[in-house]
Amino acid sequence: MRCDVTVFEKSRAGHKAYSLPESDVPRVDPGSAIPPALLRRDPPRLPEISEPGLVRHYVGLSVMNHHVDKDLYPLGSCTMKYNPKAGEDAAGYEGFSELHPMLPEDLVQGALGLIHGLGCSLCEITGMDDITMVPAAGAHGEFTGMLMVRAYHEDRGNPRSKVLIPDSAHGTNPASVRVAGYESVEVKSDPSGRIDPEELRPFIDESVAAIMVTNPNTLGLFETHMCDVAKMVHDVGALVYMDGANMNALLGISRPGDFGIDLAHLNLHKTFATPHGGGGPGSGPVAVKAELAPYLPVPLVAKDGDSFRIVEDRPKSIGRIHTFNGNFAVLVKAYCYVLMAGAPGMREIAENAILNANYLLSKLKKDFLLPYDSRCKHEFVLSGKDNLSHGVRTNDIAKRLMDFGFHPPTVYFPLIVEEALMIEPTETESVETLDRFAQAMREIALEIENDPEKVKGAPYTTPVRRVDEALAARNLDVAE
Amino acid sequence: MPDFVPRSKQEKEEMLKAIGVASFGDLLEDMPDAVRLRGELDLPPPLSEMDAKRYLRDLADRNLDPHRWISFLGGGAYDHYVPSIVDHIAGRPEFYTAYTPYQAEVSQGTLQTIYEFQSLIARLTGMEIANASLYDSGTALAEAVLMANAINRRKQVVVSGCVHPRRIEVLRTYLRASGFEIKVSGIGGGFTDPDELRRLVGPETSCVVLDNPNFFGVVEDGYSVSETAKAAGAVLIVDVDPLSLGLLSAPSDYGADVVIGEGQSLGNRLNFGGPYLGFMAAAKRFIRKLPGRIVGRTVDADGRTCFCLTLQTREQHIRREKATSNICTNQALVALRSAVYLSWLGRAGLKELAGLCLSKAVYARDALVSAGFTLRFDRPFFREFVIDLPGEARQFLKRLAEERIIGGMPLGPVHPDLEKSLLIAFTEKRTREDIDRLVGALAKLAGRAGVLK
Repeated sequence: MRCDVTVFEKSRAGHKAYSLPESDVPRVDPGSAIPPALLRRDPPRLPEISEPGLVRHYVGLSVMNHHVDKDLYPLGSCTMKYNPKAGEDAAGYEGFSELHPMLPEDLVQGALGLIHGLGCSLCEITGMDDITMVPAAGAHGEFTGMLMVRAYHEDRGNPRSKVLIPDSAHGTNPASVRVAGYESVEVKSDPSGRIDPEELRPFIDESVAAIMVTNPNTLGLFETHMCDVAKMVHDVGALVYMDGANMNALLGISRPGDFGIDLAHLNLHKTFATPHGGGGPGSGPVAVKAELAPYLPVPLVAKDGDSFRIVEDRPKSIGRIHTFNGNFAVLVKAYCYVLMAGAPGMREIAENAILNANYLLSKLKKDFLLPYDSRCKHEFVLSGKDNLSHGVRTNDIAKRLMDFGFHPPTVYFPLIVEEALMIEPTETESVETLDRFAQAMREIALEIENDPEKVKGAPYTTPVRRVDEALAARNLDVAE
Repeated sequence: MPDFVPRSKQEKEEMLKAIGVASFGDLLEDMPDAVRLRGELDLPPPLSEMDAKRYLRDLADRNLDPHRWISFLGGGAYDHYVPSIVDHIAGRPEFYTAYTPYQAEVSQGTLQTIYEFQSLIARLTGMEIANASLYDSGTALAEAVLMANAINRRKQVVVSGCVHPRRIEVLRTYLRASGFEIKVSGIGGGFTDPDELRRLVGPETSCVVLDNPNFFGVVEDGYSVSETAKAAGAVLIVDVDPLSLGLLSAPSDYGADVVIGEGQSLGNRLNFGGPYLGFMAAAKRFIRKLPGRIVGRTVDADGRTCFCLTLQTREQHIRREKATSNICTNQALVALRSAVYLSWLGRAGLKELAGLCLSKAVYARDALVSAGFTLRFDRPFFREFVIDLPGEARQFLKRLAEERIIGGMPLGPVHPDLEKSLLIAFTEKRTREDIDRLVGALAKLAGRAGVLK
């Protein structure tokens, strides 16, 4: 498969794909309706290519992608699980897809009912009291949450200035904190990879607005002292925000609302199986305890008896965070998933996510360094630092895994593990796949010892060989 | 209950043995009792796939039936025809079940389509570079304003009062914590008054924000706005309707520094508000300040042309709190749809489609004027405009709904002076008959209201 020919390079003058209806109204000469000085001189240089040509172009590109319908993506913190096809169908129902977001309430009762129904289910799953379904992604949810934290504190006379973040946190955490006008203060993890309340204590004062935790954390470990941490933070009037990216390990087993969390975002494109789309669209609803509810962004959906209404009049709301209703079609898919799982399904998901991760951990720890030697939850982190003596980096292992048909795990994150390799199989992988992956890793471990150059030169069998990212940044070519 | 977990009881036992624990509970040892859920989640019983779809179909049926109603709603989201090719390409699992293309060697499909999307947006807007997408036009505006601040360190934002009010709301939310001053001009005659703008813009102004066409559908004179912005050394941010660029000047022609817009009308359905698509294009010299992902072209170890994410040092996973934006997951599949759509339309198709929309809108205007209605703002328009009604617009809309017509967007919520005003949009999907029906229905209602031609 070749990918070096763009749709522009395939264009041929006079070719076209589009068809438009003949005008059933008099054709207007644009110059007679709009001052010619405001009209475009030359039409935009869009492609000229037939539909068959276009289809072959895109199909040819598509087959160069790894995708979860093809094989495993053991990406830590991404929860790349199977995307149920029923959800895809439901999102395509015209009664959903043809709705304009500004239609009058009485004409969109089904859509409002869906938003409300999913919201209630997510509140039950997380142990929270209220929720916004609008944020379009996890980071959007984090920012929304941080603005709500600010509004909460401003309402009490002092916005405060700092948010505490463990050093294992995802990069969006400190970035979201900054956009919300807070300073992020890094808290070091203890040798067990967790937050130690005593290490945390010196940081806790009334300049702290919140602590932002991920639980289980990015090492795949449950924050055992979570309740103590939450109490310490609450005692100074600060709030506890949870990044819900790792919710897959908690479904039906534990609820953030029950371990001191005041607000948490969820990633529907992770835990709730909506497709990743090559980088979105996702959805990042934020669930909150009742005391934060007044600050939720608008619009909200309220239920009055059997009918639903849009709520926009909330004096303490942080305002609008999206032009319309967020990624509604993604909500449809997540709701389908929740409806099919029910309570027993949720528990099955979490249990098998944890089982799969521990199974892989037990197989891989013989050949790779496990810096935190304990049971894990739904993911675990290996360190590739011992391979440096053979001149092999984690990046090389990642590339070599591609030759075995797998997408690499997450690499170089979390930052607190040197040469990190973060692995999350998810519950939708069979034992056979896990064994295949473990076998591939084993073979690579042997290659590192006996033939490190092979690993360093990988990949060999992918559509392109190792990509020169340094060159891409030096000679910027971002549009043709 | 559908089982997406490929696991038998036997396999579970074998796995526990391989791990070296007696029971599953041993894997939860680091979770204190206090945090464990007692009993089960209180959720409705699980449904089979058939029943889940039936339940959702029932919810879908409780909304307006798109085949029995006609709608003239616009105001930032439009009912355009989505060609079949878009669903078929975006529906390929290779695209929709793929992950973000951090590992370039196994993601060339996604990477090249995004590179092409960036190129298409750049060509459409006349700018040099574009990013891989943002959530929607409102958040794109917020990101553009933050970018202007990163460029010139000033903190005063001057926004035309004719910018989409929802986008202004999103901007206000985003800037809540940042100590910016936001000045909004008046609505005036439905266009950005150059004199008023000159009074608002000064040496403290970081950026000037213009919608073109604006919220009222009016085609703005970008040149005069640009002059004022440049004179103050401010960044000019223009939000465009992408389809309008089949006819209207590219904002690069009148000196836009950053161009943003809503890509919903490019091959994406209304979807009750999302997923939509914020696009952003700029001059190449601003590339290091651009938020979001950017795909670049490069070579592989064998010298073959290929693509990868580039300038990642701007992004949160590298720069963390110093990143240009906190954005991670964006709207990649929606951008793919738009890339396919723009390629399908092509050079000739975009111009023809824009001309078709304009023709429908002009036909409607002429018919409404003949029936005795007046345009609120007597200015050039593209595919939507505002008419004044003899009574409250919301009341007219209620009556129209009885005939299964969504007449447009009432503007009372936007401004108290506009309670009797209605924003009506026209796309290639509205037929002559549809428009005649709307005009006839409005005329009948106006007649009943006692105002005749």
